[in-house]
Amino acid sequence: MISLPKPKADVLARRDAVHQGLRAIMRDRGVITDPTKLKPYETDGLSAYRQMPLAVVLPETTEDVAAILRFCHENGVRVVPRGAGTSLAGGALPLEDAVVIGMMRMNRIVEVNYRDRYAVVQAGVTNLGITKAVEADGFFYAPDPSSQLACMIGGNIGMNSGGAHCLKYGVTANNVLGIKLVTIEGEILELGGTHLDTAGYDWLGIVIGSEGQLGIATEITVRILRAPEGTRAMLAAFDGNEVAGACVDAIISSGIIPVALEFMDRPAIHACEAFAHAGYPLDAEAMLIIEVEGSVAEQDWLLGRIKEICARFNPISLKVSQSAEESAAIWKGRKGAFGAVGRISPDYLCMDGTIPTSTLPLVLRRIGEMSAQYGLQVANIFHAGDGNLHPLIMFDANDPASMHKAEAFGADILCLCVEVGGCLTGEHGVGVEKRDLMRVQFTEIELEQQRRVKSAFDPEWLLNTAKVFPLQPGTASAGPDALPQAA
Amino acid sequence: MIAPGDEAGFASAIDAAAAARTPLTIEGLGSKGGFLRPTQTADTLSTRNFAGIPLYAPQELIITARAGTTLAAVEAKLDEGGQHLIAEPPQYAFLDAPDQTIGGIVAANLSGPRRIAWGAMRDHLMGIRAATGRGEIIRSGGRVLKNVTGLDLCKLFAGSYGTLGVITELTLKILPKPEATGTVMIRGLRPDDAVRALSVALGSPFSVSGAAYLPQEAAMAVGFENTVTIARIEDFAASVAYRTEALAGLLKKFGPADILDTPASLTLWRAVRDAEPLPIQPGDAVWKISVRPSYGASILHAGHAAGLFGYLDWGGGLVFLTGPATDEAHAAVIAAARRAKGEWWLLRAPERLRLSEDAMPRIPPGLAAIRQRVVAAFDPAGILNPGRMFAA
Repeated sequence: MISLPKPKADVLARRDAVHQGLRAIMRDRGVITDPTKLKPYETDGLSAYRQMPLAVVLPETTEDVAAILRFCHENGVRVVPRGAGTSLAGGALPLEDAVVIGMMRMNRIVEVNYRDRYAVVQAGVTNLGITKAVEADGFFYAPDPSSQLACMIGGNIGMNSGGAHCLKYGVTANNVLGIKLVTIEGEILELGGTHLDTAGYDWLGIVIGSEGQLGIATEITVRILRAPEGTRAMLAAFDGNEVAGACVDAIISSGIIPVALEFMDRPAIHACEAFAHAGYPLDAEAMLIIEVEGSVAEQDWLLGRIKEICARFNPISLKVSQSAEESAAIWKGRKGAFGAVGRISPDYLCMDGTIPTSTLPLVLRRIGEMSAQYGLQVANIFHAGDGNLHPLIMFDANDPASMHKAEAFGADILCLCVEVGGCLTGEHGVGVEKRDLMRVQFTEIELEQQRRVKSAFDPEWLLNTAKVFPLQPGTASAGPDALPQAA
Repeated sequence: MIAPGDEAGFASAIDAAAAARTPLTIEGLGSKGGFLRPTQTADTLSTRNFAGIPLYAPQELIITARAGTTLAAVEAKLDEGGQHLIAEPPQYAFLDAPDQTIGGIVAANLSGPRRIAWGAMRDHLMGIRAATGRGEIIRSGGRVLKNVTGLDLCKLFAGSYGTLGVITELTLKILPKPEATGTVMIRGLRPDDAVRALSVALGSPFSVSGAAYLPQEAAMAVGFENTVTIARIEDFAASVAYRTEALAGLLKKFGPADILDTPASLTLWRAVRDAEPLPIQPGDAVWKISVRPSYGASILHAGHAAGLFGYLDWGGGLVFLTGPATDEAHAAVIAAARRAKGEWWLLRAPERLRLSEDAMPRIPPGLAAIRQRVVAAFDPAGILNPGRMFAA
């Protein structure tokens, strides 16, 4: 179990005063203190952990956010920023003594500029909402996490979200030009702008992916791109993980950078096929989804070359989509993978680690061995182009022993990722889930350097406390030393 | 000059300097000594003897190089695998330097024309090892494309000009070199129309990876008689043939287009990348301005009014200007950039101007306080390149 810090008794004692203060700032709108109404906010996508917050506030403007943060800072109250609550790592898990700032009411598209190819959006606009706002004119916003229908751009900033198309288009950090960031002191900072390069330090780069540790993003300027003439997907199925991995290497070495390159192992293929009926080959050990883009002639040519490459690896089957509908079906299986596994197991843990792609066969073999050792099934879904693994560990949450085993199995997989040269998280973030594993990837000196940067933005460690950095009483650094661990 | 041959040497040199409170100038080969503000220090710590490529994994699209490795050596290595640096870092003609180190390029976050389509150097920086101002060796990031583990300190180092620490080793994402390169060129456009044409090109579905405008003086410096507006496409040969034709068709309302083949395109874009079209006279200053593309033409106009000449890259979003290194010219550049809500850098000027004036925009007070704390977090004694970015 992951421990949470002991709540600040003095803050709990001032509960009513804090509620009153927030209501005054918000002019009696958007402050939730009633326990029944707080209930939906007690957890996020890591639903094994729950905690009722002190209050939830739903700001409507950047100035609201600034006033709330200033108030919390002055009163020593911790703050947990929240977008849509889709974090799978507990990034938006509340604390008993913290005010949750929910950004969902800030959901306006402020400006779209096609000539300079950017859009300014509020933090509560969903990822897909940006594309929806510009797709009629042929444009799109590139990063596409699986949760894109629900997740909000503010949360994407927090987690530096990616998705299946990152191999070509990059992650959030590569697609943001500017951020309006409110500091814990209530100061509104304009980072970047509508231009490409910014003088001085790369503030956007350090804020994006900082999991709400440095400030709250309220307004974001994103790059929008013109959509390609068309896209098409194909499936390639193999009788082993190793040979599928070698095929991925061969495709990339040939100079082709597919717009997406997804890998699924046998359990994942079966779960997804039962759910989506996408025509996935059930006799395969491993399957690749490969997507290319361009004109129809370009798609034909590229898919033809990829087919030739795949053919060198004795595929069980190769299937090139012939229509937009067939491509959509192929993606429906993949995008529905998490739901699909939910149908065959009462619960599952969705892990997220990254490995050098050359270690893929070794890592999948070791995960298979661990699966046998723990007696828990696992399905592997993988962004093969960029080495981002998503093992889904199936367990039964009603059985505490099963949950404990699942967590230990997950931790073993993440340690393996670090051991082979990868990292603890590719796109979900550290949150509370991987907080205590940070020492596996970083030395104490490295962690301390990160903590110092956190302290430069948030000297009293009020922002998203107890996430990302391991709790450790008694260090010289600001913040964590003030966090006694719960008994 | 201290030029260690191993990583521990950087840590101990910094340790000693911090203990003695004697500032160090941090550099690679010193090619960018003319950028921004000069440092005034007792000693120099250079990465020039710490070179080599510990890891090149073409299938994983990564290369790891020690900071002192020259750009030429990195490019030669990638050439063996038919790959290249995505941000196509420039070798500015006005540097008067035969080569640069890869560490210096990352520390200055220098990117070429492809920045508009594929991102800046910082976008491809996946991991670093660095010696901080505390004399500690830290790693940040790694060798995988996606990594959100902890705070991304790598990003802070890209563009930090050696003020937080000395990058000792870095890992970059790379890509296969495209099979062919083609350029659609329209002659004789005025700046406003040129930027409009480039906006149409960049808003097309044809993956334009370079979009520049050379006014007459700049065009003449690279062998053309009149202004040229150019858009580049890089891909497999068949795609380049198809896309350049399609793009020329799309742009025909702006004028008839020529299509340049691969060799001609490579030569022209190398020149654009390296700022060769700048009509620089000895003693002249060079400024770089980053703005929203549609403001590029107005900056050229303002520069012209102040006796400065230059050209546009990044679809109008990057303006190079050159001219007399006077306080008036400097003020005109700052005013033009500010009106356009953009940012500017002084890339070359006599020491007098670089010492007496800002070399990049000042930071607003709220952020300046955070900046100060961030610098102190890495370099509490303030010994690394003091005054390089801002007056100390």
